[in-house]
Amino acid sequence: MIQAILVFNNHGKPRLVRFYQHFPEEIQQQIVRETFHLVLKRDDNICNFLEGGSLIGGSDYKLIYRHYATLYFVFCVDSSESELGILDLIQVFVETLDKCFENVCELDLIFHMDKVHYILQEVVMGGMVLETNMNEIVAQIEAQNRLEKSEGGALG
Amino acid sequence: NKNSCVEAGIRGICVGRCKSKEAEIKRINKELANIRSKFKGDKALDGYSKKKYVCKLLFIFLLGHDIDFGHMEAVNLLSSNRYTEKQIGYLFISVLVNSNSELIRLINNAIKNDLASRNPTFMGLALHCIANVGSREMAEAFAGEVPKILVAGDTMDSVKQSAALCLLRLYRTSPDLVPMGDWTSRVVHLLNDQHLGVVTAATSLITTLAQKNPEEFKTSVSLAVSRLSRIVTSASTDLQDYTYYFVPAPWLSVKLLRLLQCYPPPEDPAVRGRLTECLETILNKAQEPPKSKKVQHSNAKNAVLFEAISLIIHHDSEPNLLVRACNQLGQFLQHRETNLRYLALESMCTLASSEFSHEAVKTHIDTVINALKTERDVSVRQRAVDLLYAMCDRSNAQQIVAEMLSYLETADYSIREEIVLKVAILAEKYAVDYAWYVDTILNLIRIAGDYVSEEVWYRVIQIVINRDDVQGYAAKTVFEALQAPACHENLVKVGGYILGEFGNLIAGDPRSSPLVQFNLLHSKFHLCSVPTRALLLSTYIKFVNLFPEVKPTIQDVLRGDSQLRNADVELQQRAVEYLRLSTVASTDILATVLEEMPPFPERESSILAKLKKKKGPSTVTDLEDTKRERSVDVNGGPEPAPASASSTPSPSADLLGLGAAPAAPTGPPPSSGGGLLVDVFSDSASAAAPLAPGSEDNFRAFPKHPRISAGGSEFVCKNNGVLFENQLLQIGLKSEFRQNLGRMFIFYGNKTSTQFLNFTPTPVPRCGLDSLTRTHLNLQTKPVDPTVDGGAQVQQVVNIECVSDFTEAPVLNIQFRYGGTFQNVSVQLPITLNKFFQPTEMSSQDFFQRWKQLSNPQQEVQNIFKAKHPMDTEITKAKIIGFGSALLEEVDPNPANFVGAGIIHTKTSQTGCLLRLEPNLQAQMYRLTLRTSKETVSQRLCELLSQQF
Repeated sequence: MIQAILVFNNHGKPRLVRFYQHFPEEIQQQIVRETFHLVLKRDDNICNFLEGGSLIGGSDYKLIYRHYATLYFVFCVDSSESELGILDLIQVFVETLDKCFENVCELDLIFHMDKVHYILQEVVMGGMVLETNMNEIVAQIEAQNRLEKSEGGALG
Repeated sequence: NKNSCVEAGIRGICVGRCKSKEAEIKRINKELANIRSKFKGDKALDGYSKKKYVCKLLFIFLLGHDIDFGHMEAVNLLSSNRYTEKQIGYLFISVLVNSNSELIRLINNAIKNDLASRNPTFMGLALHCIANVGSREMAEAFAGEVPKILVAGDTMDSVKQSAALCLLRLYRTSPDLVPMGDWTSRVVHLLNDQHLGVVTAATSLITTLAQKNPEEFKTSVSLAVSRLSRIVTSASTDLQDYTYYFVPAPWLSVKLLRLLQCYPPPEDPAVRGRLTECLETILNKAQEPPKSKKVQHSNAKNAVLFEAISLIIHHDSEPNLLVRACNQLGQFLQHRETNLRYLALESMCTLASSEFSHEAVKTHIDTVINALKTERDVSVRQRAVDLLYAMCDRSNAQQIVAEMLSYLETADYSIREEIVLKVAILAEKYAVDYAWYVDTILNLIRIAGDYVSEEVWYRVIQIVINRDDVQGYAAKTVFEALQAPACHENLVKVGGYILGEFGNLIAGDPRSSPLVQFNLLHSKFHLCSVPTRALLLSTYIKFVNLFPEVKPTIQDVLRGDSQLRNADVELQQRAVEYLRLSTVASTDILATVLEEMPPFPERESSILAKLKKKKGPSTVTDLEDTKRERSVDVNGGPEPAPASASSTPSPSADLLGLGAAPAAPTGPPPSSGGGLLVDVFSDSASAAAPLAPGSEDNFRAFPKHPRISAGGSEFVCKNNGVLFENQLLQIGLKSEFRQNLGRMFIFYGNKTSTQFLNFTPTPVPRCGLDSLTRTHLNLQTKPVDPTVDGGAQVQQVVNIECVSDFTEAPVLNIQFRYGGTFQNVSVQLPITLNKFFQPTEMSSQDFFQRWKQLSNPQQEVQNIFKAKHPMDTEITKAKIIGFGSALLEEVDPNPANFVGAGIIHTKTSQTGCLLRLEPNLQAQMYRLTLRTSKETVSQRLCELLSQQF
């Protein structure tokens, strides 16, 4: 199961935080900070898996992360998930963002936070992988956009 | 454009615009005030504005600021008919709402409406919300409804997908609220669904459900195999959109392979054959040239491959596949992708415990050692340490321990303690030469003294005390190690203790004469902490006994103000008492009080327990457990040397001061000549026991119980006989046991010609620490005639009820007057747990099936020990039957082995027990394995039976 999905930039500013297990707000912030420090001190090109920090889980949990330009995408998962599978899932999520936003960048995550959440919801639900087929995900998002447009139109 | 309005709103509070934290907080507070006034304002907000403000709140929350309003507005959005409003309402709730009960009711209401709406988009939103919040209240409200949606014929695929994961989430949070029912068999058939997204979601659901209800979901195995087979053999274009970088449906394949890991290999040969074919195909594909240079292609392909290897290891039944898996992992160990090296090390760790591939794994030792030295990434190095630990056996222990030690010098601080524990365990477990063991531990202290926990240095002392062949070497080695100008305090402790016990063994050499030893230790004294100094004081008083010639020097030290008037009470008291003891006690008394420590009782290593605690029980014990099993089958007999459990007792019980020492201490009996000592020590009961130079209270300085006669292990396998005899008294026994009840007749014979007066025998259950509040054993008896004539015999009947499993045999205390003197005799009554054994006959198949079911590491206890009696098959059989279990013939494939089965009956429970005894005539040793559903039972039965051969 995926316990949390954290996206932050190179300075540790959170850009997307999604917990699938309930933590109080201040612990959530602590987890983001701790994870950032764990990931930050690692060079690129070393392994993408590391033992979880002290706040989430313990030895059964792993952080699986990818670093894209200015953003870190970190998934905190338990041992029931395949490490490489999650690594690919991050890629699917990012590629989908890229398709929906046409060359996604950090600002898209800030200004379209709701949309980013909706895209994520099509990929991961309640901590489990919902859909991995990019075309299917994009189709769902496009259907949402059409609905939104039609309602927007009605509103004038 | 409305979207850009939201943008503008967020842009206003975006951190990019705020130069400092203070500025950001100021800006955010202003924004929050603005939104609050908008919500509270008279004018009703239109849907769009609500959406805008909720979005802003989410962003502010993301930045780490508390949001304490807006919840109600979000809930109101749920009942909107407009999709976009509903959507943002649900988003706010799944990110921000915790189990705020009042709101949950309103939210549940909205969800209920949406689930009933038959609008797939709304249903999807509602299911998402349940899955993401997953609270118990939601489970209560919807655990009945969601399964119906999942299996309804007219549900759309996307809703089915969401319903499957939603149900999974509810099952995880509140399994008791999700009723199994008709829907379960229909869920299994979703594995055949046309839509691969539905299959993926259903596979996740079934995997979780099957872990807890394997029987109910057994049919999923064949369906999963055929689904997997269709994916694996399909051309990469068949599955269209579910093909990811030329790999057909990798996620689904991974999930299916995970599902299959919930079950043993399929029994149906056709299914089994098909699965083997799939696994072979996956392994074959790994050797094909990549269809794409992209890392995504290799990731997806290898995700499936690693999962297939996990399944092969889990089944542990096809030697051919296991060896191929091992070779594949071997290739990955040298792969240029760090991720693959990491995963290969991790998988190999589990492979190392399979009997078929342990040897194959060992061939990679050089690569793994190289990884330890050259990997840049600490995560990978850690996996290499784990693997070296897993592949270690007697043949490579010296090499592996040496490599781990040299790695320790530069290891990351975060993993040092763990490496120390692992080295300590391996050194002990595979020590053939105890000098090597002592060297290794001293090296550990030298290299990483700060990370050497108490358990580790207690252990080395135990082993040295119990093995007289290594004592001289240990004394010499610590003496040399202490020469270093700066040595770790842990070394001073070990050195102090060992020289205090065995310093005499090296005192003949003028370079390590008593005075030199003393001066060396005392030169460290002032730099040490209080507990260590306390330990050294005890060493000094031991020196007084060992080396009378240094007595004046030591007395001078004890007399010094810094000892006698030390501010620390413990140090002061030791100085006062030791000084007094050295002054008033005669040489004989000194020799008794300060006698060498008796050997420690034998128990499991507490270091191992510590590692288990540190790493979580599964990781370590599985390894140990399966490894033992492996060696059973590979060697077909016990391992050749008694290095591990049998000869190396643990400090845990006594050192950790658990009070009631279970085994009778082997020190000398209470002496009556202790009048003088009573002045020195207030506790007369322990006055004459040997004094250890231990420092902490929990260190065993004095045995806690007066001596009790061992009360013969010979009664474990028989019920009648003579229990005790001295010049005055003979005690005979006859007993019978049935299920959890028993009756014992005790016969007391007066061997003299004089009357015994006030004859009062009292059997009392002895309490372990855990039984202070609870009785494990009820004993009922009537008092006997208080006079026993010369040459006469009296009888006492004891009714016994076993309430729950127990370790401590009861004690029979007998007091009487003989002539003018008061006599006191204590013997252990041979009421042992195995007396409540009921034999069970079973077939070979049943036996091994149950054996497999009891594979949890806590359920198994094993002991390897040297034969104490001639190894005679018939006698062994008689003993096993006498022990109470059924002796099962023709069950073990090896006819030389013995297996037995039975049930331990107690009032509170019945525990099924399986045992296996493997003799090794050549080595004159046995390996005994006990598996029961209860750890304490396994442990106790193993101890009891081990003493019998």
